Amino acid sequence: MSITSPKDIIAKRVALEFEDGMLVNLGRGIPLLVPKYLPKDYLVWCESENGVIGVGPAPEKGKENPFLTDAANMPATILPGGCTFDSAKSFGIVRGGHLDYSVLGTFQVDQEGNIANWTVPGEAYTGMGGAMDLVAGAKKIIVATEHCDKNGLSKILKKCTFPLTGIKCVDIIVTELAFMVVTEAGLELREVAPGISVEEVIAKTDAELIIPESVSEMPI
Amino acid sequence: MLLNKIMSTKEAVSKIKDGSSIIISGFCGIGSPDDVIDEIIEQGIKDLTIIANDGGTPITGVGKLLYAGRVKKFLCSWCAFTPIVARLVEENGMEMEFNPQGTVVERIRAGGCGLGGVLTKTGLGTVVEEKGWGKRIKIEGEEWLYHTPLRSDVALIEAYQADEAGNLVFNRTQLNYAELASMAATLVIASVVKPISKIGELDPDHIRVPGALVDILVQQDERYVEQPKYLNPTILDAIKKANQEFKAGVQR
Repeated sequence: MSITSPKDIIAKRVALEFEDGMLVNLGRGIPLLVPKYLPKDYLVWCESENGVIGVGPAPEKGKENPFLTDAANMPATILPGGCTFDSAKSFGIVRGGHLDYSVLGTFQVDQEGNIANWTVPGEAYTGMGGAMDLVAGAKKIIVATEHCDKNGLSKILKKCTFPLTGIKCVDIIVTELAFMVVTEAGLELREVAPGISVEEVIAKTDAELIIPESVSEMPI
Repeated sequence: MLLNKIMSTKEAVSKIKDGSSIIISGFCGIGSPDDVIDEIIEQGIKDLTIIANDGGTPITGVGKLLYAGRVKKFLCSWCAFTPIVARLVEENGMEMEFNPQGTVVERIRAGGCGLGGVLTKTGLGTVVEEKGWGKRIKIEGEEWLYHTPLRSDVALIEAYQADEAGNLVFNRTQLNYAELASMAATLVIASVVKPISKIGELDPDHIRVPGALVDILVQQDERYVEQPKYLNPTILDAIKKANQEFKAGVQR
């Protein structure tokens, strides 16, 4: 299967990090595309902030349960083996180190692992919802985002300028151009997407990248 | 003898006074008792302090109280579906506090369980700390944000089933804040979707809120049972309309 859309490149690369049986939380947008690229025999448990493990696809029209939604308030289903719980347990699972991965989209992320994904400047009254919890306690935080914004500006910055969601919390950044890892020394470029050169990634990235001796191609 | 906890919505709401603080269970309206909320508006109760997960929508849950102008202070984690909040704060002086979702519910747990507050890493170095909603403290070398416990005069919850003792059973994600809200308020009112059962008819293992914590049961009107609160065309239209009116208002 040849993948060309940026979103699918990102989702497919993120999917390679997943292992059978993991418990994850997938943010809206690109992260929700990841399950499409998991091996068919994998059972990965998705947590939903409003109190579900094993949240499944949308129900058929007419079969909605008015008391069962996902975190985006859309009608949802629960996969066999899934379960429900209250909001305290839900966020205990999120903060308490029980999620293998929290996969998130973002407006900005920087080379220190800071992330700004809950609001843009000037939107003072929307609130952070669960965004700050989702970067506070998962075993690994994976940012799955397009490399640049609508105006072609790098989302991978030296320093975030938007209101922060969390500080020094991001582990991995996956874009349609690159797979990058936040290390103690800084942001390291580990892989480039097929057909993309290291120079192109550097040119399109505001952050300072650490370039190891060999940068491999994304195995997608 | 068993105390009769079942009341009409009207009688139940008459126990709520102006200026009360109310914890309202619900996630975007799912699990919020819309019958009780409508009756609060009907009875003209005002100057409320509302503690909730989110702002609901203009036509479901907490959002209805916001749009009716009954809220003096609002604490929640998210309210992007109720754009009126910006105007309520800037023009009407509504006090607003945002806490991360997991922090709101843990503060309610602390209030209801006799604990001194919440220490969390969530929100460190963010607006939560900048605005003073959480206070950075250091204990044994670790940095945390401290938040005080939350209690309220009233808790409003929606349950799927109940028995006459007030024991409550929930349906899927309707549960959300109900268990802890029922611990953290002086007066607990539950609106029940299914016909209220006799004592002994509910399986003790299925009960999520013990009846001893529930003061008043209200049998939910069928009209409310039939109206889904998840994002559907009616709700989306209401949000869109509210947004347009809000923008028009700003230009005036």
